[in-house]
Amino acid sequence: MTLLFVLALVVTAIAAVMVVAAKNLVRAVMALALMLLGTAVLYALLEAPFLAGVQVLTYVGGVVTLMIFGVMVTRRHEGANAPAERIHGFRGLVVAAGMFALLAWAVVASDLERGATPIVKPETTRSLATALLDDHLVAFEVVSLLLLAALIGAVVLARRRDGRDEGSAILAAASREAIDAQQAPAGSAHGGDAR
Amino acid sequence: MNLTHCLLLASFLFCVGVYGLLTRRQAVAVLLALELMMNAANLAFVAFAHFRGGPGQLFVVFALAITVAEVAIGLALVMLLYRRHDDTALDRASETQG
Repeated sequence: MTLLFVLALVVTAIAAVMVVAAKNLVRAVMALALMLLGTAVLYALLEAPFLAGVQVLTYVGGVVTLMIFGVMVTRRHEGANAPAERIHGFRGLVVAAGMFALLAWAVVASDLERGATPIVKPETTRSLATALLDDHLVAFEVVSLLLLAALIGAVVLARRRDGRDEGSAILAAASREAIDAQQAPAGSAHGGDAR
Repeated sequence: MNLTHCLLLASFLFCVGVYGLLTRRQAVAVLLALELMMNAANLAFVAFAHFRGGPGQLFVVFALAITVAEVAIGLALVMLLYRRHDDTALDRASETQG
């Protein structure tokens, strides 16, 4: 148990460093996937099996795939090997290191283990479901509205508005082709005006 | 395996995310750094829920949904930026400053 915890901790930390250190953006995304898997293992060890599953499904399955799409679509000319340039690296390092020192000091100094009592009743998936769909139903529905708004917003932002930037967005083109395939063939040239 | 270890790891992840946020130029890399920071916050929530009780896991569920929405919108903005400038470097997207 402890060994697995240490292993997941080390893998997560190293993968996190790789995310920001990798020159290649695709490698950074893959390191992010590793980091998210390590976090999923930690969730499982912390008795949050539902969150571990959701983490793997939505993050590793959804977000990482979306990120890969983002990298590929925006790297038409250079391929996926474009170097990830960085700006004022030293100052960023100083700020991040200072922040970590401050946070670590706060965590260590607050002596969290002193008054620790054994957990009375660990939160199970059943109690999580009750809390989500019973006690906090309104918040749950508001989140569904948020997701709908994000869906519509992403489509509105990412779709092509005219033919000038043809080919610059593979994803938008693919989605438009999917739409055009259902409409008349003539709609592909002027369909973008009606937004 | 106690709360201090988990919180230290969460702090580390968050600060690595801060470093990436401050130093990367590509918009996608900035989104990756944001993911790191969100994940650190979620880890802290789960750790507190495990060692101290409370509705931490519930927070994580909502945070996950919001993060996914943020990624979708963020990538749409990245694509818009790329279409406009043929590049995703964020320092070229300074036109909203006037």
